[in-house]
Amino acid sequence: MPKSLSPRLAALRDEIHGYAKEFGLDFFDTVFEMVSYDEMNMVAAYGGFPTRYPHWRWGMEYEQLAKGYEYGLSKIYELVINNDPCYAYLMESNPEVDQKLVMAHVYGHCDFFKNNFSFRHTNRRMIDDMANHATRVRRWVDKIGVEKVEDFIDRTLSLENLIDQHAPHIRRNPDPQRAEEEAKSNERVEGFKVNREYMRGFINPSEFMDSQRKRAEDEKQQRKRFPERPQRDVLYFLLEHAPLEPWEVDILSILRDEAYYFAPQGQTKIMNEGWASYWHSTIMTRRALKDDEIIDYADHHSGTMGVRPGAINPYKLGIELWRDIEDRWNKGKFGKEWDECDDLRARQAWDKKLGAGREKIFEVRKHYNDITFIDTFLTAEFAQQQKLFVYGFNDKRNSWEILDREFRKVKNKLLTSLTNFGQPIIEVVDGNYENRSELLLAHKHDGQDLKGDYARETLRNLQSLWRRPVNIITRYDGKGTLLRYDGQHHSEKKVEL
Amino acid sequence: MTLKIHQDHSRFKQIVRGKIKANLRKYVQKGEMLGKKGKDAISIPIPFIDIPRFKYGHKEQGGVGQGDGEVGQQLGPGAVEPGDGHQAGQGEGDHALEVDVTLEELAQILGEELQLPRIERRQNERIVTQKVKYTGVNTTGPESLRHFKRTFKQALKRQIATGTYDPKMPVIIPTREDRRYRSYKLQELPETNAVIIYMMDVSGSMGDEQKEIVRIESFWLDTWLKHQYKGLESRYIIHDAVAREVDRDTFFHTRESGGTMISSAYKLCRDIIQADYPKSAWNIYPFHFSDGDNWSADDTRQCIEMLRNDILPQVNQFAYGQVESPYGSGQFIKDLREAVGDTNNVALSEIADKDAIYASIKDFLGKGR
Repeated sequence: MPKSLSPRLAALRDEIHGYAKEFGLDFFDTVFEMVSYDEMNMVAAYGGFPTRYPHWRWGMEYEQLAKGYEYGLSKIYELVINNDPCYAYLMESNPEVDQKLVMAHVYGHCDFFKNNFSFRHTNRRMIDDMANHATRVRRWVDKIGVEKVEDFIDRTLSLENLIDQHAPHIRRNPDPQRAEEEAKSNERVEGFKVNREYMRGFINPSEFMDSQRKRAEDEKQQRKRFPERPQRDVLYFLLEHAPLEPWEVDILSILRDEAYYFAPQGQTKIMNEGWASYWHSTIMTRRALKDDEIIDYADHHSGTMGVRPGAINPYKLGIELWRDIEDRWNKGKFGKEWDECDDLRARQAWDKKLGAGREKIFEVRKHYNDITFIDTFLTAEFAQQQKLFVYGFNDKRNSWEILDREFRKVKNKLLTSLTNFGQPIIEVVDGNYENRSELLLAHKHDGQDLKGDYARETLRNLQSLWRRPVNIITRYDGKGTLLRYDGQHHSEKKVEL
Repeated sequence: MTLKIHQDHSRFKQIVRGKIKANLRKYVQKGEMLGKKGKDAISIPIPFIDIPRFKYGHKEQGGVGQGDGEVGQQLGPGAVEPGDGHQAGQGEGDHALEVDVTLEELAQILGEELQLPRIERRQNERIVTQKVKYTGVNTTGPESLRHFKRTFKQALKRQIATGTYDPKMPVIIPTREDRRYRSYKLQELPETNAVIIYMMDVSGSMGDEQKEIVRIESFWLDTWLKHQYKGLESRYIIHDAVAREVDRDTFFHTRESGGTMISSAYKLCRDIIQADYPKSAWNIYPFHFSDGDNWSADDTRQCIEMLRNDILPQVNQFAYGQVESPYGSGQFIKDLREAVGDTNNVALSEIADKDAIYASIKDFLGKGR
C-alpha cells in the first residue's frame, strides 16, 4: 500500500515546501504518499480517500479510470484531500519534474482549503470519518444483507444533490414579519372596538365572538404548515420525517454528511484549480525548474491548460482569471477612474504602478466562491481575450453551435451554470400534501426544464423512502406541471402556478 | 497485491453481468450486437446503470465554451462533453450507458446462461505463436514506428540547449540523433488450435432472413469457441450446385439462384481438412447451414457417405443447422437424423426463426465437444 517518499523525493518536497512558504502560502501539514497507478485509480475512484463505504459505483469509476489510463486517454496527476493534515498522492512512475509540479500544485490546494471561507465549516477529520462511515455501512451489510443496503444507497444517492448548499453559513432567525401577523390575528379575536361598555353585547354578541375565535384558530392551524417554510435540505427533511428503519436513518445521515463535505469543492472548482495552477506555475518557473526540465514541464502544463471548444476548463479559466486580477491590481486597473475611461489607448497603456496584485489575490482567495469570483472579476476585456462564448444545441442541424459572444450573455450563462452546481433548486414545500401525508416538492424553475425520464426515476426512489405518494411541481414548456408517483403509477397533470 | 476496491469493482461487474444476462435472449435474437463489435470487446447498452437525479437536460441547457469561431459556427463532434457542465469535486458525472464487455466475458455469460459445458479438447498440443508487445522507446528503429512527439520534443530540447531555437520563428527540425522509435519485444504465447469450417447453402431458396439467422448464430458460435481456443481459425464455404471457398464477407452476402448439391460442400470441406488441418494438431468444427433442400436423394446419400467415412472421424463435432424457409422441403435434416443422428459427434438443430437461435446455440454447443 502507499509508501512514504524516497529520500530524494523527500528532499524535493522540502525544497518545494520552502518555496511555497516563501511566497506566503499558508497550509495545514501536508502528507505526501507514493502510490502505484493502480492505487492512484483506486483512491481517485473513492473521491480521494483511501477508504469509503462499499458500493459498486466506486468500482465503475475505477474501471473507467483504469481504462482511460490504459488507452492513454487520461492520467491522474494530483489528488489532495481537504483534511488536517492534508493528504496528497504522488504516482510512482512519474518523472521527477512531474512530481515537483504536483507538489507545488498540491500546496496551492492546501492553502486554499485552509483559507477559503467556503471550507470553514468542513470536517477536517474527514479521513477518519470516511473510515468510520465505511465501518458503519459494513456493519449494516453484515446485519441486513448487501443487496438491501446497496439498494438503499442507490436510492439515496439519487437524492444526494437535494441539500442546502449554503446551510452551514445561514443562521435562520425567527421571521419578524410573521410574528407581527400572528400578534395581529390574536388581537382580532377581541372583536370590534367598543366605546360604551353597555353596547358590547350588541356590537360583539357572543355567537359572533365564538365564530371569530374559531376562524382565527382555523387560520392559525392552516398557517402551521409542515414544513413551516420551504426546506431546501430535502435529505434532512427525510431524515426527520420519513418512516425509516434505524439502519436507513444511519446510512442516510452518512450520505448527507458526505454530500455536505464535498459541496464547497463544487462551489470553488474554478477558483481552487486556478489557484493551484497559478502556484505550480509560479513556483516552478521562478524557483524549482532546472534547465533540462523546462520542456517536460511545459508539455505537462500546457496539457493541463488545454481547452475544448464546448467546455470550460476550470484550470485554464481559473489561472487566467487569477493572473488578470493580479495584473489589474498591479496596474491600478480598477475603480471609478478606470471604469469611466473609454479611451482604448489609455486603457491599454494604463499602469499606476500600484503593485497591489499579490496582496489582492490573497484576499480574494479568502472571501469568494466561484459565483462571486466570476461575478466580480470577469470583465468584458477578459471574456474577449479568453474567447468565451455561449453555445447551445441546434435541433434543426442536430449539432452544437456557437450562439453568442456578447459579454453579458456569456457571463450570465456562466453564472447560471454555477448556481447550485448548475443543478435545479428543489425544496420540500409540504409534508402533508392534500392532508394525506403525501410529499410535495417544488422546483424553482429558472428557464430550464427538468430532464423528464430522470425526474420520474428519481420520484420513484423518493417514494420508496417516503413510502407515501410523492409529487413535484415544476414547469414544462412554460406550463405548471405536477408530476406524481404513488408507488405504482406515474402521472402528470397541469396545474396553476 | 489486492486493492480494497476490487470488491466494489467485482460488484460492479456482477451488476453489469446480471443486466446482460437478464437481457441475453434479447441480445441473441436481435443480433444488434454484431454492429458494435470492436477488436475484442463489444459495447452493450445497459439500461439505468447510472443513478437518476433531478437535473436539467444538457441539450436544453447549453453552456459556455472557449475558442475561436463565428457565431453560428458548429462545434465539432466530441467538442461538447455530455452531462453536467460543472461538477462537484467527486469526479462524478454522467455515465455512459454503454458498457464495454470483452468477448471473453460475453462468452462466459453465454456459457452460464445456456449452461454450456466446457469443451473437451481433443487435441492439447501447444502450438506456440508470437505476439508483439510495445515496451518502450528507442533511438533506432523502422520509420513506421517513429514516435513523433518524442522526436520533436528531443529536437526542441537540443535546439534550446544549443541556442538555435528562436521563439519568434518556432521551427523545429529534428536531426537523425533526435529521432525516437517505439520498440517492441516478441512474446511467445502457447495456443491450442482449432478451426471452424462454415458451410452455407446460398441457392435461391435461402433468403436474406435465413442468412441473417446464420450470421447471428455464427457470431455466437465464434464467440464461444474463441473463448475455448485461443488460436481459432475460420474458413467459409458457400455452395449451390457447386461449392467454393470464400472470405467471411462474401460468405454472408452471396446469393445464387442455382440448384443445391450439398455434397459439393462436404467434398470441399473434406479436402480442406485433409490439406490443412491434420487431426493430430487441430480441433475441427464444421458447421453447415441450409434450408434442408437437396438436389436428389442420391446426392444426400453421397453426403452421408462422406460424413461417415471422411469427415466425422476427423472432427470434434459436425453440426448441421436447418433454417426454415418457405421454399425448402426440410427433408435433409430428417435424412441426417436417420443416418447419423445417434452418432456421438453430430449435432442437429432446426431453426424456425430468430427467436429460435437461442435454443439452437444450445443444441450446437450443449454437448461440450
